Amino acid sequence: MSAAIELRGVEKSFGITSVIRNVNLTVAQGERHALIGPNGAGKSTLFNLISGYMMPTIGSILLRDEVISGLPPYQINRRGLSRSFQVTNVFANMSVWENLRCAVLWSDGHRYTFWKNIDNLPEVRERTAQILADINLTSRRDVPAGLLTYAEQRALEIGITVAGGANVILLDEPTAGMSHAETERAVALIRRLTEGRTLLIVEHDMSVVFGLADRISVLVYGQIIASGTPEEIRGNPKVREAYLGEEAA
Amino acid sequence: MSDLTASAAPPYPAAAEKFKFYGLWVAAAVALLVLPKLFSSGGSLTTFSLIGISIIFSLSYNILLGQTGMLSFGHAVYYGLGGFLVIHAINIIGANKLPIPLPLVPLIGGLTGLLFAVLLGWVSTQRSGTAFAMISLGVAELIASSALILRTFFGGEAGISANRTKLLRVFDWSFGPQIQIYYLVAAWTLMAVVAMYALTRTPLGRMCNAVRDNPERVQFVGYDPHVVRYLAFCFSGFFAGVAGALAAINFEIANSAYLGAVQSGTVLFATYIGGVGFFIGPIVGAIFVTLLSLGLSDLTPVWQLYFGLIFIAVVVFAPGGITGLLMMHRPLVKAGTLLKVIPSYLIAFVPTLAMIVGLILAVETIVHFTVNPGEDSHIKAFGVRFDAASRYIWAMAAILLIGGFLVARKTWTWVGHAWDDATSGVHEEGAAE
Repeated sequence: MSAAIELRGVEKSFGITSVIRNVNLTVAQGERHALIGPNGAGKSTLFNLISGYMMPTIGSILLRDEVISGLPPYQINRRGLSRSFQVTNVFANMSVWENLRCAVLWSDGHRYTFWKNIDNLPEVRERTAQILADINLTSRRDVPAGLLTYAEQRALEIGITVAGGANVILLDEPTAGMSHAETERAVALIRRLTEGRTLLIVEHDMSVVFGLADRISVLVYGQIIASGTPEEIRGNPKVREAYLGEEAA
Repeated sequence: MSDLTASAAPPYPAAAEKFKFYGLWVAAAVALLVLPKLFSSGGSLTTFSLIGISIIFSLSYNILLGQTGMLSFGHAVYYGLGGFLVIHAINIIGANKLPIPLPLVPLIGGLTGLLFAVLLGWVSTQRSGTAFAMISLGVAELIASSALILRTFFGGEAGISANRTKLLRVFDWSFGPQIQIYYLVAAWTLMAVVAMYALTRTPLGRMCNAVRDNPERVQFVGYDPHVVRYLAFCFSGFFAGVAGALAAINFEIANSAYLGAVQSGTVLFATYIGGVGFFIGPIVGAIFVTLLSLGLSDLTPVWQLYFGLIFIAVVVFAPGGITGLLMMHRPLVKAGTLLKVIPSYLIAFVPTLAMIVGLILAVETIVHFTVNPGEDSHIKAFGVRFDAASRYIWAMAAILLIGGFLVARKTWTWVGHAWDDATSGVHEEGAAE
């Protein structure tokens, strides 16, 4: 089976500062893969490279054996990869319903249609309602996204990310800033929504990472220093020294 | 449809709401039909025609500004080119006796606007914000200055004229009398408004809003914000061209002023003063600004100055425009607490009016001494005669302006308190659309 995401010798530098250095990473289809590492290790940059927000300086990125590095974000999204953002990034003046509907439209084949009434598209309606119920925001349907609570906005962020039905989902610190109870709910949500899909997740909360991930990669100073199952990572001395050690100490 | 959709999706509008919605359009059509019966003078028919043209133009501008978040300083380009092409078209049709009646001619203006938007828009819509605004300004200057250089097409300073009555007649309408032009403009206005409203209800229309709110995120739900902006720009160009065509038909002339910065500025004024956040905003703005410019220019020579002051006041105090101000009161009306704020409005109105009168007195006096200092100091502004050289007038202006401001400032805080009182307990649901 081909890999869902494959990074081959990817490097990214800004001027003389290299942020990502020779990263090779493979995420198998259907796998839940966590990316961990200290602050400033380049996790978000790696997400930006995979999702097309930035272009790698060297190396190539493949989505199901197809090279996607160099494509703009919307082209990558259309090929079935969708990402969320670390800082909530929604359509603030539009209602929760419209936010989710925007995320459904393209994959439902409506593209730049200007000859159909958007309220009369049954499939769009159905899928939007499904996602709305999935993220438990039905009671907040008509509220502008900018007026939601933080946890609700994070849920909406995940909803927008999965709404298009992409097979590969990238989540950037989905539980950052959440209380313990909110985190638990968010993890349950992520688990449910990414069922049968490939997930690459950046997360700082180790209980989330070890509870959710099938495999873990550790990024330190722009390099992957280890990749493996949660047990392998837990037992890896290099990882303990570079990252987990700090937390344990 | 599944049970889930039924429970989670917004309900389809009830029959009563649909009836209200379509009733509104029918009422608008009837109002347009009846209007000339109520105000039948030639002057008011011309005013109505100008308002209709301005409504189409302002709504087309709001496809850019309000719907898609693009600030254009050169929208008159598509209006003006539509107008020029239509004048040429009328001349060609008339000379060759082509079987095209006048009511179809605005379509030529629309297609011209569309064509130039297609040609000029691809580059300028690459980015929104400052880059788009600057490119629109540059293109506008380029086209406006070429209007004076390319004399054969644009007719130089005199412009070019046409005779609209020489075309194929339908139902024996010559389109000579203003009443027939009024009905032509009214029909096109209604069609254009319906079409532009329908556009906001389509997938493209909604993605325009998404691009306005967050162009970055749009890319991660599969859309190219550039294409969305470009399509919005093309639609906007089409309707601007229709407006320009109707203006050219109304005046039977097109000149370089159609393409100029003043025209581009006026549409921005009208749209913004009306309110960019609501579909109806530009319609309100077009009516207000057209009536104001026609009315003020009779009352004072420096009407454009007042125009500017109104614009500044709207930008600073009511960024939602007139419509935004009115819509602010909707939650109060629903909650039945509107009466709590009305008294404070009435109290605040008196000193605010005094302040405005003082300001007008001061402005007119200053204008007299700076613009025509040698002339008789007994001037007339807003229908009132007064002596600009009189000390009493100066003192009165100062007292009204300063005293009015000081008292008004107090009363505005009362308005604020009354608002807090009236809104406490009112749930603000769904702000702008």
